[in-house]
Amino acid sequence: MTTVRTQVLLWTAQRASAAILAVCVIVHLVTVIYAVRNGLSAAEILGRTRGSAAWAAFYFVFVAAIAVHAPIGLRSVLAESFDWRGKGLDITVAVIGVALALWGFRAVYAVFV
Amino acid sequence: MSTLSVRVWRGTESGRFQSFEVPRLASQTVLDVVTHIQRALDPTLSYRFACRVGMCGSCAMTVNGRARWTCRTHVSRVAADGRLEVAPLANLPVVKDLVTDMTEFFEKWARARGSFQGSSTRREDFARIDPGSPERRQADAGIECIGCAVCYSSCDVVAWNPAYLGPAALNRAWTLVNDARDAGNRARLAAVAGDAGCHACHTHMSCTERCPKQISPTAAIAGLKRAAALAALRGELGEAVKE
Repeated sequence: MTTVRTQVLLWTAQRASAAILAVCVIVHLVTVIYAVRNGLSAAEILGRTRGSAAWAAFYFVFVAAIAVHAPIGLRSVLAESFDWRGKGLDITVAVIGVALALWGFRAVYAVFV
Repeated sequence: MSTLSVRVWRGTESGRFQSFEVPRLASQTVLDVVTHIQRALDPTLSYRFACRVGMCGSCAMTVNGRARWTCRTHVSRVAADGRLEVAPLANLPVVKDLVTDMTEFFEKWARARGSFQGSSTRREDFARIDPGSPERRQADAGIECIGCAVCYSSCDVVAWNPAYLGPAALNRAWTLVNDARDAGNRARLAAVAGDAGCHACHTHMSCTERCPKQISPTAAIAGLKRAAALAALRGELGEAVKE
């Protein structure tokens, strides 16, 4: 059971993270299309990301926004689709959020160092 | 004389459609059709109506798959092929035939604190409200709701989340949030926020599309979302706990 204030702050966090994701997804897609169309190899891509604080910062923000946005959305989807509400649901989506953050930050770290 | 082929829901939650042939008349409304069936063909048919002129909000039914006010819905608009299917409103328990139990619908108005909370007494002067002020215009936009439940019946979120207050109750709350005389907004915003309140709305806009009074509950809900989010960020939202 969550307080109304927590529920509203979750909603606000999801909207704010959506705004960040809208920009991040566009930059990410343009980057992917650029890499594919120019035939960049994995080594060439790593050559550009390794040691680049700008790319690391960008993908850090991207991963953080995903880790906030996805579990809150999933919470609503599971509640509305399977009538699953309460503490069990909140803990489950929180664990999913932490897992997304850990996997994502690990990937960012891997292309940075 | 041409006739209409009308299928009418009979029973409660479980039941079946019964077919009737009804004379087609000029300027005939769906409510006229249902009334003809009860008065001339089958007096056991149950349905609800009162004013017949679009004021009372009691005659809403599902007509050819869409919730509508039947007294102001001309047959010519909805049954071009001469066929009508009339069922009770969705998202509400069926009492019998076309009559739904509106208890939960109106209890949600109370849960959304949809009653005016005055702060002055009869000894004080009238409140001076500028009709052109943004708040008064927002309240005016939603004040003509007749409580027909067409929006509630059309709402996907109500179907998915039975605790959701629904478009009509939230629209009513928004009119009061914009009423300068009302003193109950702290508690009201807490009552209408969160998982069972305005923040559950997916902005499908079925309520706005189907409201027979051309009200936009979606706009009211958007206003509540903003107001409640700001109050929560400032730590001014009430302490109500709900699931």
